[in-house]
Amino acid sequence: MRWTEAAALAVILLGCAQAQTPPPQAPQMPAVPAPAAPLVRPGFVVVLDAAHGGSDPGAHLRSDLQEKDVTLALSNRLRSALRARGIDVVTTRDGDVNPSMADRAGTANHAAAAGCLVIHATATGSGVHLFTSSLAQAAPARMLPWQTAQAAYVTQSLKLESEIDSALAHAQIPVTLGRAYVQPMDSLACPAVAVEMAPLVAGHVTEARGISDAGYQKSVVDALSAALESWRSDWKQ
Amino acid sequence: MITRAHKMLFLVMLLACVIMAAVLIRLRNRAQDRLQAEASAAPPSIAEGTSTPPRAVTLYVPNDLDGSLTAVERNLALPGDNNAEARVLLENLVEAFHAPGSTHPIDVASGVNDVYFLPVPQSAGGGQEAVVDLSGALAAAQPSGIEPETLTLLAVMATLHANMPQITEVHFLVDGQPRDTLAGHADLTRTYMAAEANPEPTPVGAGR
Ligand SMILES: [Zn+2]
Repeated sequence: MRWTEAAALAVILLGCAQAQTPPPQAPQMPAVPAPAAPLVRPGFVVVLDAAHGGSDPGAHLRSDLQEKDVTLALSNRLRSALRARGIDVVTTRDGDVNPSMADRAGTANHAAAAGCLVIHATATGSGVHLFTSSLAQAAPARMLPWQTAQAAYVTQSLKLESEIDSALAHAQIPVTLGRAYVQPMDSLACPAVAVEMAPLVAGHVTEARGISDAGYQKSVVDALSAALESWRSDWKQ
Repeated sequence: MITRAHKMLFLVMLLACVIMAAVLIRLRNRAQDRLQAEASAAPPSIAEGTSTPPRAVTLYVPNDLDGSLTAVERNLALPGDNNAEARVLLENLVEAFHAPGSTHPIDVASGVNDVYFLPVPQSAGGGQEAVVDLSGALAAAQPSGIEPETLTLLAVMATLHANMPQITEVHFLVDGQPRDTLAGHADLTRTYMAAEANPEPTPVGAGR
């Protein structure tokens, strides 16, 4: 009996000692060079990155609705709409998983895409928020630093954003434009736009519609696929 | 079957455990003492600062519906030193977020623990980096999304830069600790150029 008590005490003491040790540092993104910027591109490929997933729910849009589910639903719908138009699509996730930012950028950059859409949803604001990277345009190069690969594509990203802006305006969906400070935008070696869907607030041309309203989602998906359709003929200019 | 050698080995290990625990507890106490000493050496609170007569300041309040920043003029009695002045400016900004009918509602009464200043080494004009230590309560109440989070950061940067032009760079902490994002989106690992938030001549992030 004495020995079991002593053993229990030792276990407790060891536990105490372990509790004193500091938590491990968060892993740093390695400063490895990016894959070579593809100089000869294959056909017209679009990458869809449904943000969040798995253990990262994103924004709590309602008590019963998480952002990660809305972004995946939008990504799936948009993929179908684009494939129906004969456009090749690569997605960074198809289920409730959360690839790392490096993995998302890796998938996108490996696809040598003509356009990358990073899809988010929020309960704040109205309509659709479009964001491009805040990096300044840099000259294209064969090797790009991983963390600022987007710098070589900023001008093209702004053109793609303008194309999407026009299509959403045509569908009478309000748009706000901005520069995003959000990952993995800066690591994407493709014309890239973050598309953040918000509810529709009632205005002089719009009626109030929730973010999960099927008709509203369809009009956003239709506008995005129309924009990418016209981007197919514009992106090489 | 427990031999004498087993008993001896066990006693030695037990003794090692006790010593290790004692050393670690002592180390923790020392670290706590050091942190407390640092905290007591921190700058005095706003209430203790010397106030000057009220002067006109500009707060930049976001509008979530169109992504713009609106200049709001206020007359504030600002304390003499830079840290406290920046803190008063930002506390008034957070109050504007919290006010009824706010165009950028954040349900928190107080949002800034402190603002520290660091010299910017390469700056020709003596520019300073403001390290803004946001409260965990603000980060918890911040609506999640690229637009709402970006607008909070831009409003802080624009307000600091407009009233204290020596601030050229801004870095954010939450409760004294570095954090990846404000509420899941806006990157807090980078240092921002305060002029990026310059709301003139066109509103930041304004739509069509
Ligand atoms: Zn999101």
